[in-house]
Order: sequence, then structure tokens, then C-alpha cells
Amino acid sequence: MAKTHVTMKVNGAEVEGLVEPRTLLVHFIRENLQLTGTHVGCETTHCGACTVDLDGMSVKSCTVFAVQADGSEITTVEGMANPDGSLSALQEGFRMMHGLQCGFCTPGMIMRAHRLLQENPSPSEQDIRMGMSGNLCRCTGYQNIVRAIQYAAAKLNNVEFKEAAE
Amino acid sequence: MNDMTPTREQRTAALEGMGCKRKRVEDIRFTQGKGNYVDDVKLPGMLHGDFVRSPHAHARVKAIKTEEALKVPGVLAVITAETLKTVNLAWMPTLAGDVQMVLADGKVLFQNQEVAFVVATDRYAADDGINKVEVEYEPLPPLVDPFKAMDHNAPVLREDLAGKTTGAHGPRKHHNHIFEWTVGDKDLTDAAFRRAEVTIKEMISYHRTHPSPLETCQCVCSFDKVKGELTIWGTFQAPHVIRTVVSLIAKLPEQKIHVIAPDIGGGFGNKVGAYPGYICAAVASIVTGKPVKWVEDRIENLTATSFARDYHMTTEIAATKEGKVTGLRVHVLADHGAFDACADPSKWPAGFFNIVTGSYDFPTAHLTVDGVYTNKAPGGVAYRCSFRVTEAAYCIERAMDILAQKLGMDPAELRLKNFIKPEQFPYHSALGWEYDSGDYHTAMRKMMETTDYAALRKEQADKRAAFKRGETREIMGLGVSFFTEIVGAGPSKNCDILGIAMFDSCEIRMHPTGAGIARMGTKSQGQGHETTWAQIIATEIGIPADNIMVEEGNTDTAPYGLGTYGSRSTPVAGAAIAMAARKIKAKAQMIAAYKLEVHEDDLEFDIDGFRVKGLPEKFMSMKDICWAAYNSVPPGMEPGLEAVSYYDPPNMTYPFGAYLCVMDIDVDTGVYKVRRFYALDDCGTRINPMIIEGQVHGGLTEAFAIAMGQEIRYDDTGNVVTGSFMDFFMPTMVETPHWETDFTVTPSPHHPIGAKGVGESPNVGGVPAFSNAVNDAFSFLGSTHIQMPHDFWRNWKAAKTLGAVA
Repeated sequence: MAKTHVTMKVNGAEVEGLVEPRTLLVHFIRENLQLTGTHVGCETTHCGACTVDLDGMSVKSCTVFAVQADGSEITTVEGMANPDGSLSALQEGFRMMHGLQCGFCTPGMIMRAHRLLQENPSPSEQDIRMGMSGNLCRCTGYQNIVRAIQYAAAKLNNVEFKEAAE
Repeated sequence: MNDMTPTREQRTAALEGMGCKRKRVEDIRFTQGKGNYVDDVKLPGMLHGDFVRSPHAHARVKAIKTEEALKVPGVLAVITAETLKTVNLAWMPTLAGDVQMVLADGKVLFQNQEVAFVVATDRYAADDGINKVEVEYEPLPPLVDPFKAMDHNAPVLREDLAGKTTGAHGPRKHHNHIFEWTVGDKDLTDAAFRRAEVTIKEMISYHRTHPSPLETCQCVCSFDKVKGELTIWGTFQAPHVIRTVVSLIAKLPEQKIHVIAPDIGGGFGNKVGAYPGYICAAVASIVTGKPVKWVEDRIENLTATSFARDYHMTTEIAATKEGKVTGLRVHVLADHGAFDACADPSKWPAGFFNIVTGSYDFPTAHLTVDGVYTNKAPGGVAYRCSFRVTEAAYCIERAMDILAQKLGMDPAELRLKNFIKPEQFPYHSALGWEYDSGDYHTAMRKMMETTDYAALRKEQADKRAAFKRGETREIMGLGVSFFTEIVGAGPSKNCDILGIAMFDSCEIRMHPTGAGIARMGTKSQGQGHETTWAQIIATEIGIPADNIMVEEGNTDTAPYGLGTYGSRSTPVAGAAIAMAARKIKAKAQMIAAYKLEVHEDDLEFDIDGFRVKGLPEKFMSMKDICWAAYNSVPPGMEPGLEAVSYYDPPNMTYPFGAYLCVMDIDVDTGVYKVRRFYALDDCGTRINPMIIEGQVHGGLTEAFAIAMGQEIRYDDTGNVVTGSFMDFFMPTMVETPHWETDFTVTPSPHHPIGAKGVGESPNVGGVPAFSNAVNDAFSFLGSTHIQMPHDFWRNWKAAKTLGAVA
């Protein structure tokens, strides 16, 4: 099948590649760019494990063609750590609040939460639950993911993190 | 001593041992996208395989034409049953003693059954190839309803079993019958029912569902023709068992098979068994000489690799007028699908379903299970539970509520009246188990006090009165559940898989600088073993958990183990870890005695080293002992400090818990709201409370999903109608309730550290709590039992049937 040339900025670096028109963005990221942190869980846009940040929006990369992302700016979970390599507030929040178990949904959760906190820096629990509802987790029961995002929001806002009463 | 000397508390805290909420070591890589899951494995020249699957539930395969597929660019091979027959692999043995087609051999027996395996240069080309494989089918009448499986005119599903009147578990009564399993005393139980003042009888179904971990089943097989070695990276909950199975069925020497289970994206029982994809990828690698990857998609996962439950349980309880139970009789019709591929210990065709007497002191009980074939996917895995334990817990907990309703008693009071008493442990159940320990009354009362159960019942009575007066359209249900699990399979006297006893193992090697590596036969799929296993070792030998690296999942380096499922890791491997650590400690004590120039009996272990009794200043730290182990051991002693332990548990462990679900249901829409969910778990000694709480949250969420909608449903012609996440209920953050957790601690008396296992308790106890809440809500309108799953539509239908909706 004829291939198309695409260029993108991924995690701050200019990248390019030859893809078939039908190549999914997630496969371009995972196979061509070797960034395997972005996962495939359902191929039907339900689970959100493949969520990346594309031009300032959360996008499920299993239902976007790579050619549609030509010329765009993308952030994946590999681009989320602080510049010095330490865990970002969100990554730290997930660890501190036990917001992950098997880790398979985690990259998508972190990418969606990253955008959510850009959209709403001080979300309520309800805001978080609605804003994250496109991302499925089979392990945690979500409660600690909510706390992880609250932890990160507090840290980014320079306020003390208060755990919600059990 | 000076001010800088750490206190005992500081020394203990520095270990991050048992009981501490240690943060997980796994999370550093997982939060950065640096996990290594099977689909992340990429090898030079790697090919991709994908399946042609059957659109029919039951059909004869007349022809498979592959010529056009082989012309597709990138397609290298199409493997069919005929190909597999040349290496005698068209069929494979199942864990349950049956055989299963790897690829359709003459006919297909369920929708999406594997028919041919297309091997291509990438996953897109493989898909192109699939579209060009032409299969000619002759449809046959499908058998979907298990209750019709043994009709005299039922279609013959398994022609390969023609004339076989005996299966792996005894006589077969019918061509679609697999086994009958009977436990207990029939005569005594029948007599109890004849004498009973009160009896109940109900057919309680636990519908078919699926574990659906977020990562599907997948593997990479790489055969090295020169060395004759096969390496398999796979989503395996039990890597060593896979190695042995592959060796036995592929006739490859076991030392030349390397099985690696890297990071696993959830298992929940889905990744215990062996599936056709593994066999086909291995054969494809042998045929092509290249590595072959197989990654199933979500639809394939939901429709072909395993299912869970599908138990139809006719349940009877005999009791006195005062509510004392006197007998239990259960008959189960078990729908196993097209092949009996249940992942149970080999001698247990219905798993440990005979835990069905639950937490109650039944003087007698009798259980019969009939397994049947239908035109559905094979499987029968333990979806976040020990083998068939969640079915058993649902059965008895629903039945106890039905009995309470008949007696006009409160369900909690009925349970308190019939609990096994603390002084009865170890307790021998009527169906053959020896419960190790428990204090059910304390747990139940703590639940009732914490939730103010009495006030909730009062509120419910008021709401019911208001409903009858027409002042509200909302009804309220209280779902009480008190479960006893049986986990930690298991003792070699009664548990094996294909003849291998279900022990588990640990090897610990201490390095000179006071660090070490520990390897186990288990395999975490999210349970956090790299964190918690090190905590056990830290407490046992006094080396900080941070200094212990835990490695699982490589059969070349780990000691043989039976893997992680059925909440067996802590009860079995957790014990092996403690025992291996104690061997290390015993040798360390001898080294310390030599270095401190005292007799070893004069030493006592003190947090992180050995101290001479009565001489507190004479102390040698474990760190220093590690160093000494490599340069100055006592004369005659081998240098080094390492140990291996294989632990054959003397008994199972029996975690238990008391759950309460408070639910409100709008009768006009069927919409429910879980107002409160309280879960008290007793898993014995608690290794990491943070991880326990996480396990409980996750298990409750899966229980919520199952009870309230998650179902693998077939239409009358055997089409799966819930084959994607669009139709298969996966709760999001919005639907998922808030969880309250609590605990009591009743250690297991036979386990080295008293731990019982917890990962599956919340699923086992949670499902009856949700279902009892729905049933309790509707009971005052005249219903006795409403089948799961309780989605909005079914709730509305129940309200309509009961006349609450016009």
C-alpha cells in the first residue's frame, strides 16, 4: 500500500515517518517511534489506555489515523516527567495515593488527568469523575485515582493536600 | 548510646516491613510508561499472527481455501488444523482433563472459534490475509440453553467423544454431559429436609461474564532452530505451568523452553489457561524460523478466551421455625461451553464449590454439580476468585436472605444465629473442608455498629410505608453479605495441576553489602508483589525492603511455582518467602554467634540484627552478617547466604468479611444509586494495608460490574451480543460507588506469618451484597428472587412485574 510522509512534534522532538493511510496513530507511536508507554486496550475508543495529548486535547490514539496527526504536536506519557527526570506532580500523586495496580491504564489516565488539570486546575471530585470518565481501570476501583489527581492539583496549586474523609 | 542512635521504632520503620503502607516500587516505571508488557516486546524480523474466526456457533467446516490469502502482500503462511496435524497439535489438552481444538477440525462449536491462523509481516497485513481466507460452512443447529443440553434430541456437539461414556471425572450420562460431581451425605440431608419445619427452594443463576483485564491475552514465540530452543514471552499468570504444558504437548525438552511473563496488564483469571493463540504462534515460529507475535483484540478476548461463572444453582435450605439451619441441598447445572477448559485444580471439576455451606454451621449438606457442553466459548476461569468460590458465596448468601424473608427475620440476625462460633475452629464443614480460623460474630457486629444498621432498617421501614402511601417512587434495599472464602490452593494431598502439586516457592540470595534478590514462582499482574514480598523478607531478616529486589516471571531464574490466581500468592508463596527468609536468618545466627564469640542460643534477633542476650551492646547487624557470610564464616560452614524454600501448605486459608450495600432504586426508571458500601475484610495478618485497601476497592468495583450489568450474553442462535466494551458493562468513574473499608485481624494458625490472602474477597463478598440490596429493595412488593445482573432495564421490569409500575 502506498505510504504517506508525516511529520509531528512528539514530546518536544521533531519526528517523521512513512505510514499507510490506514495506520493508526497509536501504532505509529508504538511501532515507528518505539514509545510503548501508550497502550491499546480495546481498539474501540472505550478504554482510554491509548490517550495522548494532541494539540492541547485529550485524544484516544487508537481511533485517529497517523495521517490525521500530520503536523501536530503530541505529548505521550514518556514526555510527562519533570525536565530533571523526577516524577511530575501527577506521576507522584498516582504513586503516593496508590492510584495504579497493573499499570496498563496508567499512561492514559495520566495523560487525560494532565489535560483535565489544564482545563480545570482545581477540580472537585465530581469534576474529576466526569472528566476522567473516558478512561477505564479494572484494578483500582478509581477511588485512589481520584485522590491521585487531587494530590497533584494541590501540589500544582501550592496548597496543602487534604485527604477526603473516608 | 548517644542522641544519634536510632530508636527501636526508627529501626523498625527503616525496614519498611510487614504492616507498613510501603509505596510501590513498580510505580516508578509504570507512571513513566516504562513498563514492559508483552506487546512492547519487539524482536528483529518479528512476524504477526491473527485468527480467522467462525461466524457460526455450530457448523461443519466443509473447506478452507487459503490460496488468495497467500497472495496478499506480506502474508507468509496460513496455518489450519491440517497443518497442525502434521505436528500432532490440532487438539490440545485442557487443564480440566478434556481436549480442545486449537484450530477448527471438521466443525466449529462456538462463535469466534479459531479456524485458521494467518502469519504476516505486520498486523495490518495479517488482517488483510484474514479477509481473503474463504471458509465454507454448513450450519448445524446450535445448542445455547444449558437446560436443554441433556434433552434426548439435543444436537451432538462433541463428535470426537462419540461412544465415550466416561470422562476425566467419571461417567457421562448423555452425549453433551461432561461430569457429575457429588459431595456430602445425601441420606442425612434428605432426612433433614423431611423433618424440617421450614424450607426454601430457589433456582439462583450466576450469569456468564468475563474477567476482561485491560491488557488482552498475547504472546511472542521465538524458536531458535540452531539451538532447538523456544522462548515465549506471554501474559501468563502461571509461567512454569505453561513451560511444562508446552514441553508435554510439543514434545520439546523442558530445559529448552524459556517462558517469560513480563509486566502483565491485569489478569483476574483470564491469563491462567493455555489458548490456541499460544500454540499457533509457537508453531508459526517453528515453521517460519522467525519470532511470531499474537495479540488478541478486545472482541476476541471477550468472545473466545475464557469466560467465568455460568452456574445455575437450585438451592434448598432446611431450618427450624426459630431460624436455625438444619440442612443444605444444592444442584448446579454448569454451562462449560464447547470444551471443558475450566482452570481448576485437576481433581476438582467444580472447583471448591463445596465451600457453599459458607459461614454457617450446617449439620448436613449435599451437593451435586452437572457439567454440560453448549455452543459457547470454553473457559470457566476463576474471575477474581478462588475456584468457583464466588458462585458458592453468591448461592448461600442469596439463599440465606430468601430464608430470612420466609421466616420474617432480619437477614443479619439470621446470619448471627447460624454462624460457626469462634470456639468451633478449626471447623469441619459438612462438605469436607477444615476452616482454619474465624471470628464471624465480631466482624458482623462491627459492620452493624459502624453502619448503624438498625437505623438503616428503620429508615427502610419508613420509606416502604411512604411508598405504599404514594409519597415516593423510590425504594431502598440493604444488601447484607457475610462470606467465607477458601483460598491458597493448595495442599499436595488434594491439589494439583496436571499432576504437579500446588506448592509455591522462593529463592533468596543475599549479597555481601547487605542487599539481595528474591525470586518466586508467582507472577504479579498488578498485586504489587515487588513491593510486598520484599516487606515480608525485611521483617523476617532485618534488611530494608528497599535493599531487596524481587523478580518473578522468568522460568529460567525463578524456582518452580504454580503462579498467581485464586488468592494463592500470599497463602502459599508468602509462606515460602517467610520460610526461605528463616533459613537465611538461621544461618545468619550461626555466623553472628561465631563473630560475637558466643553460643548461638545466647543470641536473640532484634529488628535488624542479632544481640547477645543480656549484653545489649554486643550486637551484629544483618548487614554486617551478610558481609561476614562472604569472608569469615565459622569453620566447616559453606560461605554465602542464600536459601530456597518450597512450601506445601498444610491447609487452605479462609478469609472472611462482612459487607453492607445501601441502595436506592427508582421504580419508574429502574435507575439505582449505591448510597453507601461498607466492606469489612479479615485476611489475617496484613502485610501492606495500602495495597490491601487497593485490592478491596478493585474487587468491589468488579463485583459491582458483575452484579449490576456485566454479562456475556448469547442470542438464540449462539451469537454473542455483548462482544465489545460498548455492550459489556465496564463501570467508569462516574458509575462506580465510593468504597468504605474496614478490617478485623484473625491470623491463620497454620501460616508462617498468619496471612490469608485478600485480592478476591471483595469480588466474592461484593456480588451477593449488591444483589441482596436489589432483592431486599423489591422484597416488600412480593418478590423472592430476581436474577442478576440488575441493570436499569431489569430493575424496571421487576418493578413492572411486581405491579409497582403501571
